[in-house]
Amino acid sequence: MPDTHAPHLIRGARPLGGDPVDLLLSEGRITEAGPGLAAPEGAEVVDAAGLIALPGLVDLHTHLREPGREDAETVATGSRSAAMGGYTAVHAMANTDPVADTAGVVEQVWRLGREAGYCDVRPVGAVTVGLAGERLSEIGAMADSAARVRVFSDDGICVSDALLMRRALEYVKAFDGVVAQHAQEPRLTEGAQMNEGRVSDRLGLPGWPAVAEEAIIARDCLLAQHVGSRLHVCHVSTKGSVDIIRWAKARGCDVTAEVTPHHLLLTDELVESYDPVYKVNPPLRTAEDVRALREGLADGTIDIVATDHAPHPAEAKETEWSTAAMGMVGLETALSVVQEAMVDTGLLTWAEVAERMSTVPARIGRVDGHGRGLAVGEPANVVLYDPAAPVAVDGAAMATKSGNTPFRGMTLPGRVQATFLRGVPTVLEGEIK
Amino acid sequence: MRHLLSTGDLSRDEATLILDTAEELARVGDRSVKKLPTLRGRTVVNLFYEDSTRTRTSFELAAKRLSADVINFSAKGSSVSKGESLKDTALTLQAMGADGVVIRHSASGAAHRLANWVDGAVLNAGDGTHEHPTQALLDAFTMRSRLGRLEGLRVAIVGDILHSRVARSNVLLLTTLGAHVTLVAPPTLLPVSVHTWSCEVSYDLDDVLPKSDVVMLLRVQAERMQESFFPSEREYSRRFGLDGERLGRMPQDAIVMHPGPMVRGMEISAEVADSPRCTVTEQVANGVSLRMAVLYLLLGGS
Amino acid sequence: MPPASPEVPEGTRAVLDGPEINRALTRIAHEVLERTKGGEGVTLLGIPSRGVPLAQRLARRIERVEDLAVPVGSLDITMYRDDLRMAPARALGRTEIPVGGLDDRVVVLVDDVLFSGRTVRAALDALGDLGRPRAVQLAVLVDRGHRELPIRADYVGKNLPTSLRENVTVRLEETDGHDAVLLGPAHRGPRAGSPPARAAATEGND
Repeated sequence: MPDTHAPHLIRGARPLGGDPVDLLLSEGRITEAGPGLAAPEGAEVVDAAGLIALPGLVDLHTHLREPGREDAETVATGSRSAAMGGYTAVHAMANTDPVADTAGVVEQVWRLGREAGYCDVRPVGAVTVGLAGERLSEIGAMADSAARVRVFSDDGICVSDALLMRRALEYVKAFDGVVAQHAQEPRLTEGAQMNEGRVSDRLGLPGWPAVAEEAIIARDCLLAQHVGSRLHVCHVSTKGSVDIIRWAKARGCDVTAEVTPHHLLLTDELVESYDPVYKVNPPLRTAEDVRALREGLADGTIDIVATDHAPHPAEAKETEWSTAAMGMVGLETALSVVQEAMVDTGLLTWAEVAERMSTVPARIGRVDGHGRGLAVGEPANVVLYDPAAPVAVDGAAMATKSGNTPFRGMTLPGRVQATFLRGVPTVLEGEIK
Repeated sequence: MRHLLSTGDLSRDEATLILDTAEELARVGDRSVKKLPTLRGRTVVNLFYEDSTRTRTSFELAAKRLSADVINFSAKGSSVSKGESLKDTALTLQAMGADGVVIRHSASGAAHRLANWVDGAVLNAGDGTHEHPTQALLDAFTMRSRLGRLEGLRVAIVGDILHSRVARSNVLLLTTLGAHVTLVAPPTLLPVSVHTWSCEVSYDLDDVLPKSDVVMLLRVQAERMQESFFPSEREYSRRFGLDGERLGRMPQDAIVMHPGPMVRGMEISAEVADSPRCTVTEQVANGVSLRMAVLYLLLGGS
Repeated sequence: MPPASPEVPEGTRAVLDGPEINRALTRIAHEVLERTKGGEGVTLLGIPSRGVPLAQRLARRIERVEDLAVPVGSLDITMYRDDLRMAPARALGRTEIPVGGLDDRVVVLVDDVLFSGRTVRAALDALGDLGRPRAVQLAVLVDRGHRELPIRADYVGKNLPTSLRENVTVRLEETDGHDAVLLGPAHRGPRAGSPPARAAATEGND
């Protein structure tokens, strides 16, 4: 747990990529902002010349693996990884063992996050008991618990039963909750190993067709509008999904959607190596899909970037493709990938990045005290990012317990220099505190 | 050539060298001493995760005719069945000094993965629904021996293309060697992107037969019927099975091929299977020579 | 010294020309007939690639002199070489054993150049797998010396003292468009260790 409570004076950072100013963080808040601030007595001065200041990032989609798979990640290692990536709040997905489908489990995860202290850990509650897709879990108890769960998801598994999905969408309204759907029609994806298309046909790997995602999204948008509920679509991966969400928003459906960094940068051609580091669900798609996802994120059809950080131990990936686990770590590379895919391409400004990686995810998850911007008086959740510090990605050097990064060997354009959680540095000079 | 993982990796010259080498080595089978000293002191491991006595025996005989030491490492009754990973098995074989590993595995890409973990040559003897390069090479060899050429040859491949590693390897290889391939199957048994492949596609066998120098039939497994790929064996057989009557509508010197095992009465009638125009047993015999050629070319040099 | 022609590349010189090759082969044909009491039971086996046309030429000469059809075949020794692992796998030559086989025959192996003797050793191994000849003899167009095995030729077209830094190239009408034996500098790099290491050994140099 970081223990320094001294005020921090950030010198010369560029809030949202704008003109350089100084920011004084004190007592958990941004207390002064402006050029040439005097350092109060006892303040730590952080030289931030050339660095971009953003509100602390908020991830709506993180797998912390605890309880159950502590060999892959723990709340402590995962939240350190989050801090290294500039995150001050993460949502821990429910597919743990035991499943986070009771107040007891979500409170345990929430408490572990508090004890670690590197970021706020907001548990996601399972929609159905044991993720079995048969009956609703005790959503109300989780919402009322100390963890104050607002996001419910069976992520990893689709709530494919239309009636059950309708009930879930209706039920969470009572708690201002949202159902985050992993859109995957199960019959169309039995045994699926990768995106269905030219590459899967050539490699002889069973395909995961785009329509299996799109059909569920279309259905859920219609259901959500019918019952007047909030719907959030996890890890949108296809061009067709972007089109459907754009259409649903246009007709007034209260839907939000996320895209992962890896779906913004990588394509299914990588699978030709048969290296399972590229195995993920939903799978990497085509260059055309990547283009549509970037456009969708730029025009607001896709609301946010969420990492779907999914750590796996080495043995789950050092295997033949079909037996390998699905998932990639992503917390520590997310911002840099977004810079490469969206900022350096001119599709997003840094202010828009802040919206999509902090403000809006905090709003969707109803996370108080996060995603609030960098004005005086706001909670001092701040990330300082160097957009001109190319880093060769190396999974072994990451804070996460697992090294399954699909970006390994690539050089990404920038790095997080510092992260402040309520004024306390969790990362300084690129090192975990 | 360091490994043989996919026929797509072979240039026309490389593929032709393999076929030419096999042609020379085929003569060894006619000699009094059916053995060459070429791979003496080299170790070939047959790593078979799927039962395939035919393919394993063929590789074993080929390696033995070249005087290699052969170890059969089958998934059953070994540490593999106790859950040892492919990687650990590979490292074990590596430690034992395997110069070449012949791998048959139910997972597509298993041979590619293995090639990352061992120093020796990896020969893909069938990986999932991906490829079966030596089968395609022996098929091409058989066509060339029977018909004298591959350039311009019209080859129809009929059956469950979607799940067939034989079809994938054959399309890539035959195209490289200048043959024209037509895939014939119900649309359910064709890959969705098949229109992007370097071959023709037809749903109508009767239309293709008179225009084919070679008809290669693939086994159709009955379980595909349960998965709704086609309605019934009877309907499949009626539309895509090769019987004597259809054989009669093929060009005079056209041949019928099958990688085996055949399902008589399904994709092929007994009359056709036993006809002199059917090359099934020749394919088996050619398999040994072809695999000798591949083993020699991969393991015989530096 | 005459200017280099396409038939005699720069830096090399012709040690045998076409007529000389023909005379050498004619002499060898006579010697074979003499040593084998009229050529009875003789089978000629050329070692690919240039030993094969030489064997055919010898057979024609024997036939002309003695009116005797001598069976001719070829014996590829690639799979029996002792230096296979020093170079990428090579394409195979043709092995063609004449009808009637090799049992009880007097097999005359025919090659273009005798050098280390390793090709002949490989050929003897190969023969053993193909039958049991009554006797095996060796005919070569050129013996350039530098033997590494206890092997000698029974019939030699020309003894040619050479240095290890030199290279002997035989060209034949059938394979190269014209007849010549050329002596020049070794083609590539310094020779490392013993002759089997010369991975780039040109054809005609066993």
